[in-house]
Amino acid sequence: MDNAFIISILIITIRAGTSLLYATLGEIFTERAGILNLGVEGIMIMGAATSFAAAYYTDDAWLGLATAVVIGSILGLVHAFLTVTLRADQVVSGLAMTIFGTGLASFMGQRLGPGRTTMIGLQSPSFERFPFPVLNKIPIFGPAFFEQDILVYFLYLLVPLLWFFLYKTRPGLKLRAVGENPRASDSMGINVARSRYLYTIFGAILISIAGAHLSLGYLQGWAENITGGRGWIAIALVIFATWNPVRAVLGALLFGGINALQFRMQAAGTTIPASFLNMMPYIFTIVVLVIITWWEAFLKRIGAPAALGLPYVREEKD
Amino acid sequence: MENPKATTVVQLKGITKKFPGVLANDRVDLDINSHEILALLGENGAGKTTLMNVLAGLYNPDGGEILLNGKLVQFHSPRDAIANGIGMVHQHFMLVESLTVAENIILSLQSNALSLNLDRIKKEISGLSKKYQMPVDPDAYIWQLSVGEQQRVEIMRLLYRGADVLILDEPTAVLTPNEATELAAVLRHMANEGKAIIIITHKLNEVMNFSDRVTILRAGQKIASFLTAKTSKEELARKMVGRKVLFHLERSACVPGKAVLKLENVEALNEKGLPALRSISFQVCCGEILGVAGVAGNGQRELAEVISGLRTVKKGKILINGEDVTNCTPLQAIDIGISHIPGDRLGVGLAPNLPISDNLTMKAYRERPITRGFFLDRDQLQVFAKNLIQTFAITPPVPETPARLLSGGNQQRLILAREITANQGVIIAVHPSRGLDVGATESVRKTLFEQREQGTSILLISEDLEEILQISDRIMVLYEGKIMGIAEVADITVDEISLMMAGQPLEKFNHELPADGLKT
Ligand SMILES: Nc1ncnc2c1ncn2[C@@H]1O[C@H](COP(=O)(O)OP(=O)(O)OP(=O)(O)O)[C@@H](O)[C@H]1O
Ligand SMILES: [Mg+2]
Repeated sequence: MDNAFIISILIITIRAGTSLLYATLGEIFTERAGILNLGVEGIMIMGAATSFAAAYYTDDAWLGLATAVVIGSILGLVHAFLTVTLRADQVVSGLAMTIFGTGLASFMGQRLGPGRTTMIGLQSPSFERFPFPVLNKIPIFGPAFFEQDILVYFLYLLVPLLWFFLYKTRPGLKLRAVGENPRASDSMGINVARSRYLYTIFGAILISIAGAHLSLGYLQGWAENITGGRGWIAIALVIFATWNPVRAVLGALLFGGINALQFRMQAAGTTIPASFLNMMPYIFTIVVLVIITWWEAFLKRIGAPAALGLPYVREEKD
Repeated sequence: MENPKATTVVQLKGITKKFPGVLANDRVDLDINSHEILALLGENGAGKTTLMNVLAGLYNPDGGEILLNGKLVQFHSPRDAIANGIGMVHQHFMLVESLTVAENIILSLQSNALSLNLDRIKKEISGLSKKYQMPVDPDAYIWQLSVGEQQRVEIMRLLYRGADVLILDEPTAVLTPNEATELAAVLRHMANEGKAIIIITHKLNEVMNFSDRVTILRAGQKIASFLTAKTSKEELARKMVGRKVLFHLERSACVPGKAVLKLENVEALNEKGLPALRSISFQVCCGEILGVAGVAGNGQRELAEVISGLRTVKKGKILINGEDVTNCTPLQAIDIGISHIPGDRLGVGLAPNLPISDNLTMKAYRERPITRGFFLDRDQLQVFAKNLIQTFAITPPVPETPARLLSGGNQQRLILAREITANQGVIIAVHPSRGLDVGATESVRKTLFEQREQGTSILLISEDLEEILQISDRIMVLYEGKIMGIAEVADITVDEISLMMAGQPLEKFNHELPADGLKT
């Protein structure tokens, strides 16, 4: 194997892993506050569709990204309103979000092109890859990690920041407490509802950006069912990461790597049927989940926020 | 004992709090003074916790006002109460288990600073720790701490925030007698410093020893207030329950019949896979109560579980009326006639979200008339439930109320009602009166006594020595899963029991063991 081959595999690994990582980080922060958001797939695809359409019509990728942020925050707000204020079942609300999101995004894909035609095949400005000065000169590592698009570079900053926030700051401590024991948090003067709103919205914004990276960065275009189950993989990755932003990087790279491998094998013209190769990430998700759950149960620390999925009502006994 | 320095800090005026179907507080007035310890006394469900939750900002009152140093205040959340120097240690601790002591304390600081300042805070914790002689390790995780230590963290947290009014809800219910004495000293120290302390407790001895003033609530209303020095246990109990309470039950002499429950060299493991019971042999006769004493965690729970079919017996035999019932399933245990009153009421004893009626019929539903083939007869079920609710005086007497909304005492009555109706000869009772008021405690013990009178064999597992001494016929002491000795109540002293609880087998009580184990 020559260097060029390794570099090309690494590049795809990172590019495929980026949207997964955004979505996983978003879901980690939401779940840390005790809110389960199963709407990842729906929010992600909505982010992909709206950001692509916005970038196409404004001729500006940044405005596309801004649209994804707005759409993400709206969908996050809806989920928070349903689950925190109305105390709707979090699973049901999340699933509804996914069904609604995929449906609406597919509709938009068919109608938002010029003259109400399809968006498939359109070209919009996108986030192009550019070499990061100096760092891209590092052998192998440089071209793989530092010839990427801006959203990837932004992640390099975001991951340590989120980790530091979660484990080393006061608001981060409060966030962890809210997901573990909302009653105790409340009695210590933490505004549980506000934190839950805040982090559900924040999480949904990241998830929506994950979608934008698909249509404006990685795949650069719109396709029917563009997310292809990545939202669900992200939910599995949260468990793989044991709700830790740094471990999420590992998971995202692993899954990105499988994507890259599948790509390469297809390009090399293997005899393995394509549909089987396409199955790989999903099979791998199941395998990883089973192993992780076993292992963590063996260590007796699953690490899920103890109050995940449970509504909190102050004057209700429990 | 009236303190000349005492001044009124908080005045509650006409506090009213309603829950669906219950008036938990009914126009309660209460004055809280600095330099004083006030004891709040009342039956289960009297509204003590509710009243204090209102003061701590957790509940919004439906009526009445709170005056702080003469000024009207309104608390919309615990945050407001904390900001005004009022803090509460709840009955169920409000700590985040997965965080450390220092982190839990930081959480409650009303600071918007970004940085954790861990080092500074740890130093301050150590300082407070020394000042009040409450050792705590700021780096320990909450889940690693004993209940007593967790309580110290709770108190420390209030002190750290500079609370002037400290409320403690049943602080000693979970403590060993030693820890309770230490706590009393800490509270007195704080009161002398000018803080106002309120404790809720069911133990009249503690009220007499700890407090300067007592206020009694009954059915949501304030009934009376006393200076502790000018009252007596008997008077308090009478005011609280509304009738005279018997501190001593008349016991008829035990006429043990044939051996009913018999264990032979039973061994079992705990959750961690370590030995929890080691070669346990004893028997309980018809019409006898065998009390099992011991410090918590020495195999008591496991003992109850092996007998009721909830835990596997690794070695040895369990016999009931000579029939081998080792490792039977819980259903078989029920059919054989074993009733189990578990120590963990909400976790094991009840389905908290189901109504009283369903909880009551959880054993009887398998048989006629409640079941008819595949179907339940809801009418019969209601009749059955209403009957028991009346017999055991469960309040509220509404069969539809979810069990979790009942006060601790009424939850226990519910379990008793179910288990005693199903009783066919053996009762395993674990901490049957923990957390119960004097009236409810008396009624639980009376009920067990009646069952004994009728020939039931009762295994009473309790951490409350007083309870064991009061109603058992024989006492067995467990230490690290081993029997330290078995003796007739009349033959043993409290000191001897304490020695055995600390792990010292006493020769003179041991001779019974082999005989018990081998005699068939
Ligand atoms: N959050 C709640 N929702 C509904 N009912 C409640 C709630 N909290 C308390 N109650 C009811 O209010 C009444 C008073 O309860 P409270 O917990 O204040 O009693 P208590 O005096 O503290 O009793 P205990 O000694 O058992 O702790 C009880 O009938 C209880 O069932
Ligand atoms: Mg209470």
